Amino acid sequence: MSLIISRAFVDVIVEQSRSEYPDECCGVILGPVGSGKASRLKAMVNAAHSPTFYEFDPKDLLSLYREVDEQDEEIVVIYHSHTETEAYPSRTDIAYAGEPGAHYVLVSSRKEIAPAIEFRSYRIIDGVVTEEEVSITD
Amino acid sequence: MSIEVRIPTILRPFTKDQKAVAASGASLTALITNLDSQFPGIGDRLLENGALRRFINIYINDEDVRFLGGLDAHIKDGDSVTILPAVAGG
Repeated sequence: MSLIISRAFVDVIVEQSRSEYPDECCGVILGPVGSGKASRLKAMVNAAHSPTFYEFDPKDLLSLYREVDEQDEEIVVIYHSHTETEAYPSRTDIAYAGEPGAHYVLVSSRKEIAPAIEFRSYRIIDGVVTEEEVSITD
Repeated sequence: MSIEVRIPTILRPFTKDQKAVAASGASLTALITNLDSQFPGIGDRLLENGALRRFINIYINDEDVRFLGGLDAHIKDGDSVTILPAVAGG
């Protein structure tokens, strides 16, 4: 398995992580049901407004799922940033991962590696983390 | 009395992959008890020590049950209940 994602989406996620720093940023990329294609990016508000935690607001979450259903889409990617640690799922990320079909993307904008960033993708299923390749298309 | 309950992907192994199921109950507690009797084990994924799990969101129609009295929230015929895992992490 690997994640295929456009350069434009990578740039949007990186930019969002920088503009919301030091808080974690978050969002999703949607695609037509069954396609597995990351085609529509939707930035979400981190209701926790925290550098160590993110959570979609419960009302936004319901609207998101309604929208996804109405448009015959699915959540292909769930992304968030780590602002002080590497782009690897934390224990809480693993504990709360509730979408077995999604690619969990982590971007790290921590200072030590600036201006570089880390952009990595994982499957998180039943508590098991599997890193996957990221192919960035132009 | 029949309430439509929308089931998230992660809980569909309990419902034989059904996206929506019918259940009954005049309160959220009663509804969860009814769901668990139809789909054994699902109750445990919604409750912890008798309270709603922190990272499970349940909505009656458009409202988060946390604003409707939690497990005591009233449910009436024709309501629709949606269960969604929080999207959250650290």
